[in-house]
Amino acid sequence: MNTRTESLVTVPGPKTDSGYIGHSVPRPNARRLLQGRGAYVDDLRLPRLAHVVFFRSPHAHARIKRLDFTRARTLPGVIAVVDGHDVAKFCKPWVAVLGHLKGIKSAPQYAIAIERACCQGEAVAAVVAESRAQAEDAIDHIEAEWEDLPAVVDMADALAGNYVIHSDLGDNICFSRELDTGGVDAAFANADVVVEETLEFDRHTGVTLEGRSLLADYNAAEHALTVYHSTQAPHMMQDIISRHLDIPEANVRVIAKDVGGSFGIKVHVYPDEMATAALSVMLRRPVKFVADRLESFLTDIHAREHKVRIRLACTKAGEILAFDLDDLTGIGPYSVYPRTSGIEGNQVVNLTGGPYKHQRYRARLNVVFTNKNVTCQYRAVGHPIAVAITESIVDLAAGKLGMDPAEFRRRNLIPDDAYPYTSASGMKFEKLSHQQALDKLLALMDYDKLRAEQTELRRKGIYRGIGLAAMIEVTNPSPAFYGVGGARISSQDGATLRLEPTGMVTCMVSVTEQGQGTEGICAQIAATAVGVGIDKVRIVTGDTGTTPYGGGTWASRGAGIGGEAVLQSGKVLRAHILDVAAAILQASGEMLDVRENNVVDVRTGEVKLSLAELGRVAYFRPDTLPMNFQSELMVTRHYTPHGYGFAFTNGFQASLVEVDTDTGFVRLLKHWCVEDCGTIINPLLVDEQIRGGVVQGIGGALFEHCVYSPEGQLLNGNMAEYLVPMAGEMPDIIIGHIVTPTQTSELGAKGAGEAGTAGAPGAVMNAINDALKPLNARVTAQPVTPERVLRALGKV
Amino acid sequence: MEQSVETTMVVNGGTVTRRIPARQHLIDFLREDLGLTGSHAGCEHGACGACTVRVDGKIVRGCLMLAVQADGKRIDTIEGLSDSGEIAELQQAFHQRNALQCGFCTPGMLVAAQDLVADHPDATREQIREHLSGNYCRCTGYHAIVDAIETVLNTRRGKGHA
Amino acid sequence: MKAPSFAYVRAKTLPEVFQLLETHGDGARLLAGGQSLLATLNLRLASPELLVDITGIPGLSGIDVANGRIRIGALTTHAEVGRSPEIARTLPMLSLAAPHIAHTAIRNVGTFGGSIALADPAAEWPACCVALKAEFVVASKTGSRRVPAHDFFQGLYTTDIRPAEVLTAIEIPIPSREYRSTFLELARRHGDFAIVGIAAIARNTRGTLSDVRLAYLGAGQVPVLAQTAMAAVEGKRLSPDIVDAAAQALTSDLDPSGDSESTSATKMHLARVLTGRALAALNA
Repeated sequence: MNTRTESLVTVPGPKTDSGYIGHSVPRPNARRLLQGRGAYVDDLRLPRLAHVVFFRSPHAHARIKRLDFTRARTLPGVIAVVDGHDVAKFCKPWVAVLGHLKGIKSAPQYAIAIERACCQGEAVAAVVAESRAQAEDAIDHIEAEWEDLPAVVDMADALAGNYVIHSDLGDNICFSRELDTGGVDAAFANADVVVEETLEFDRHTGVTLEGRSLLADYNAAEHALTVYHSTQAPHMMQDIISRHLDIPEANVRVIAKDVGGSFGIKVHVYPDEMATAALSVMLRRPVKFVADRLESFLTDIHAREHKVRIRLACTKAGEILAFDLDDLTGIGPYSVYPRTSGIEGNQVVNLTGGPYKHQRYRARLNVVFTNKNVTCQYRAVGHPIAVAITESIVDLAAGKLGMDPAEFRRRNLIPDDAYPYTSASGMKFEKLSHQQALDKLLALMDYDKLRAEQTELRRKGIYRGIGLAAMIEVTNPSPAFYGVGGARISSQDGATLRLEPTGMVTCMVSVTEQGQGTEGICAQIAATAVGVGIDKVRIVTGDTGTTPYGGGTWASRGAGIGGEAVLQSGKVLRAHILDVAAAILQASGEMLDVRENNVVDVRTGEVKLSLAELGRVAYFRPDTLPMNFQSELMVTRHYTPHGYGFAFTNGFQASLVEVDTDTGFVRLLKHWCVEDCGTIINPLLVDEQIRGGVVQGIGGALFEHCVYSPEGQLLNGNMAEYLVPMAGEMPDIIIGHIVTPTQTSELGAKGAGEAGTAGAPGAVMNAINDALKPLNARVTAQPVTPERVLRALGKV
Repeated sequence: MEQSVETTMVVNGGTVTRRIPARQHLIDFLREDLGLTGSHAGCEHGACGACTVRVDGKIVRGCLMLAVQADGKRIDTIEGLSDSGEIAELQQAFHQRNALQCGFCTPGMLVAAQDLVADHPDATREQIREHLSGNYCRCTGYHAIVDAIETVLNTRRGKGHA
Repeated sequence: MKAPSFAYVRAKTLPEVFQLLETHGDGARLLAGGQSLLATLNLRLASPELLVDITGIPGLSGIDVANGRIRIGALTTHAEVGRSPEIARTLPMLSLAAPHIAHTAIRNVGTFGGSIALADPAAEWPACCVALKAEFVVASKTGSRRVPAHDFFQGLYTTDIRPAEVLTAIEIPIPSREYRSTFLELARRHGDFAIVGIAAIARNTRGTLSDVRLAYLGAGQVPVLAQTAMAAVEGKRLSPDIVDAAAQALTSDLDPSGDSESTSATKMHLARVLTGRALAALNA
C-alpha cells in the first residue's frame, strides 16, 4: 500500500525557518501537462518549417559505394536531399575522448556518415521536405549500393580483435582500466570461502515516450541559431553546436521546454540532431527532426551490455576479505560525445563492493567497440551492474555459509559511525547510513514474517523469494566527473531571482526539468529563501538565452546543486529587499524580516509593508528614496559542489517475488526501498523518483533487451517485441527514508533521481535466486526471462 | 476513389470539415491541422497508448484510426475533457499524488482512466492496473497513477482517500 | 513512421466491395477495425493503392442466437464479444479469451472477422474457432459459402478467402450443457501477443472426457488442433498419467518456431504446461 510520508499542501503559506522545505507541494508546472497544454518540441510551429528524415544504413558495417538521389529529389514536397559530405561543410566531426580516462580512444564521428556506416541505423543521407510523410516517401526512392564489411557483434570477438573496426586505432578497445589495491591474491588464497560467478547483462535502452526531438531555426541575417531541443543540458549543447557549426557561442540559443522523459538518453550528442541543426543553417529555414519509435530503438543510446566474472573471498565468520572482478562491456563503433562511453564501465570499477568494509579489491575493465548501436550514460550509469554483481555474489557467499543474507550484510556494512571513509576503490564517502537503512528496511517489510511465510509456502510447492540489495549512489558530481577530463560540461549552476513590482518572484535557474520536479523544488526553495508564498514564484529553466550558465540536470544533481544556488540567491534577495524596506521605512534592516509576502517586524510579526508596495516604490518611485540608495532586486548566485568528488547517497532495496517453476514466469509481489538522500525538499517528488527508478530497473532485470542477430541487425526494435514494464506486472513500492544531510552545502540535499534504478535489478535477481534456492537453480543473466528460469531449472 | 476525402467530424463539441489525405491518422490530423497538440504519438503502432482519445464515447488508439474514418463521429481530446471539467477530479487527484512527471503519457492516461472510473466504479487496484495495462509510462512506475485513480473511485464511493 | 499514400473509399454495400476488389485485385485492402492493417501501413510494411472501408456496411455486425448456433457478424468488435451475455452463457471460452486481446482501446475498434481474416498465428479467435468447430461465412458476388474453421487457416497469414471475397460472419454451434471449456494463454504482459496459448473444450460426462478438442495458438503457422494429444485423452478419465501422456504426445502435434524471446523447445515446454492446466480445468 501507498505510504504518504507528508501531508499534501495545496497553497500553503511559508511556515518556520524551513518554509516549504520538506513539504509535499504539488508541482505548479504539472497543471499544463494535465491538460495537454505543454510545449514539447513537436508541438512547436514556425514559418517555413521543414522536416528531416534520415536514410539509415540497413547494414551493421558497410562501405557506401554509391548514393543516388536523382529520383528522390523529384518527389512532391522535397526541399533537399544531402549526404555526409554536404553536411560536413556545415558541421565538424568529433571524437569522444576525455583526458581523465587514461588511454581512451575513439574514431571521428560525422553528423552524417561519410564513406562507411559502422552500425545499423547510422544515417548516410537525409531528406528535407515540407512534411515528414513526404520526406519518408522520398527516402524510399534513394538508391544505395553497399559493400558489406565484416561486422563485429560479439564482445569477446571484439576484444580478441581478429577484425579491427577502425584500423587506425589498432584494436577494438575503446578504454581499459585496472584497479588493484594489492594483496588480493593473498586474500583469496587465505580465505575460508571463495565464491565465483559470471553474470551477464543484456544491452537495453531508455524508451523515452517522447522521441528525441530537435527543431533548429537559423536566422541567416544574424548568423544566429535557435534550437528547441528535448535535452537535459542546454548549455552543453549551446557550446557544442557553436563549436561544431562554427557559430559564435552567444549567437546560439538552446531552449528546452517540456521534455517527455529523458533518463540520460537526451544528454548526449546525436549525429542526426547535429545534422538537423546543420541543415537549418544550410537551407536557411527551420528544420525539425523527431525520432519515431523505430528510429528510437535503433539509434537512441543503448546501455549496460556487460559480462562480468566476479569473485568474493570471506572468512567462515562471514567477513568479506576481497572482491575481484573482470568486466567486459560492448559499446557501439564510436564512443559517444562528449561524455564518452567509458564512464559506465568506469563506474562498475569504482562502485562494486561499495557498501562494504573490505580492504582488498581488484577490478579489470575492457570497453570494446562493436558494430551495434552506440551506448552511453543511461539512468544510474554502471550502478545497476555494480550493485547486481556485488549483491549477487554476497548472497552466494551467505548461502555457502548457511547464513541469513541480511545478517551477512550486517556483518560487513561500513558502520554508520566510520565516516568519513574511503572505499577500497578510492571513493570518498562523507557520511552514509547503511546500518540504519538496513534496520529500517527489515522493519518496513517485516522481514522475519516474510521468511516464515516463505518457508510455509515452500512446503506447498510455492516458491517465493526475498532479495536484498545494498547500494551506494553517485550524485551531485563535482568537476571530477567530466570537467577535469577536458569536457566543457559545467558542474556549477546558477540562479537569478528577481522581485517583480507586484511582489512576485521570478527565478531563472540553470538546472532543467524533465518531469522529476526540478521547477517545483526550485519554487519551494525560492519561496522559502525569500519569504513569499509559493504561488508568487515563477521558475524559468532550460533556456541559454535567459538563465545563468550551468550544467542542466543529470547524475542526480538538480536539487543538490541547482537548489543550493537558488537558496543562496534567495537569501541575498531577501537581504536586499530588507535594505529597500529599511530605506522606505527609515528603520534598521535588522528589525525587519520578510514573511508571507510582507515586510514585518522581526520580533512581533507586525506587517510593515507588503512586497507589492515595496516593489511599487522601488521600481516606480525611487525618487522617494535616499539619493545614494539604489535598489538591487535581482540577484544571481552560483554554486559549485566542493570537498567531495560526488555526494554519495545510500540505501537498501528489497524485492519479494513468486516464481512459477512450471512456466518460469516471475511475479513481482512487492518492492521496498529505504533511501538516504540527505535533506528532502519534497518527499512526494523524491518518493516518485524512486518508484519510477525502481520500475525502470525492473525493466532491465526482467523484460528489456536489445536483441541483435549475429549479423548485427536489431531484431526486436518495436514496442510489441521490446518489452517495457507496464502497469499490469509492476508491484506496489513501499518507501522509507533516513536523512543524513550533506555538510558541504547549506541545503544539505543530495540527489535522488537514480537510486531506484541502481538497486532494483540486484534486488530482483537476488529474490529470484532466493526462490530457486531449494531447487538448486540459479539465474545469472538479465533480463531474467522465463526461458532463463526454465534453463536454470533444467526444464529446457 | 480519392487520395483526400472531405470529412466532417465533431471535435470537442465543435464541428470541423476538412479535406483530409486518406493516409493521415487521427492524431496527426488533430495535432497538425487543428493544433490540438495535447494528444501525443509515442509509437504509431498502437502499443504505447499515448495517442488514446475518445471517439463516440469509446477510447481508441488515435494512431490506428485514419482521420477520414472519423467522418460523422464525435471526438473528445484531452483539451476538450479539460475545458468541460469532465476529468477535473482525476486531474486534481493526479496532481496531488504526483501521478505524472514528464507528462507525455498523461493525456492518454487520463482518457483511459476516465473510461475506467465512468464504467467501472467498483474497480479494484488490480483491475485499475489491468485497465491501464495498455498505457506506457516510463516516469512514474505506475504506483502513483493507481493511487490517484483509486482515490477518485473511493471518493465517489464515499469512503474518502486511499 | 507515416503511412505511404493510398486512396480510400467508404463502401456502402457488399456488391460495391466485390466490384472494387475485382477491379483492383491485390492493390486493394479491406479496412475493418484496422488495428493490424493501420499499424502495418504506419510501419510501411505494405503499400496498397486503395483501402476499402467496410465498417459502414449494414448487417455485418451483431451477435445472434438461432437454431443452436451463435452467429457473430464479422464487424462485431472484440469488446462487444467480450461483454456479450449471450456469449458468456453459450460460448464461455470466448469470454475468457477476449481480455487477452491487446487492450481496451484496441478491443473497442478491432473486429472478430478482421482477426479471423488476418490469421495471425498468435491470435486468440482463430484457435477458439478451431476448437469450437466454427464455420466461416464467406461472400462473393456469386453468393455465400461456408468454410469449416479447421480448413480455413492454411498458412502464415493465409486463409481460404479467395480474391474478391469478404468474410461476413462466423457461426459457432452451441455446445450442450455437459461441455467444459477453457482458454489459457502465456504472455509476458497483459495484452501482449501470446507466447503460446490453448483453447480447449470437451464433453465431461461424470468425469469421462469425450469430443476433446485442444487448439493451440503460437505453436505453428496456423492454429493447431493437437490430434495425438487429443487422442491420448479421448474417452478417458483424467489421471496424472493420462495428462502426462497427452503432454508427451504433443511433440507429434506441435512444431513451434523460436523467436527472439523463446526457443522452440521453450514453447513446447510451455505448451505442455498449459495442456496440463487446461485439462485440469476441463475436469473441474
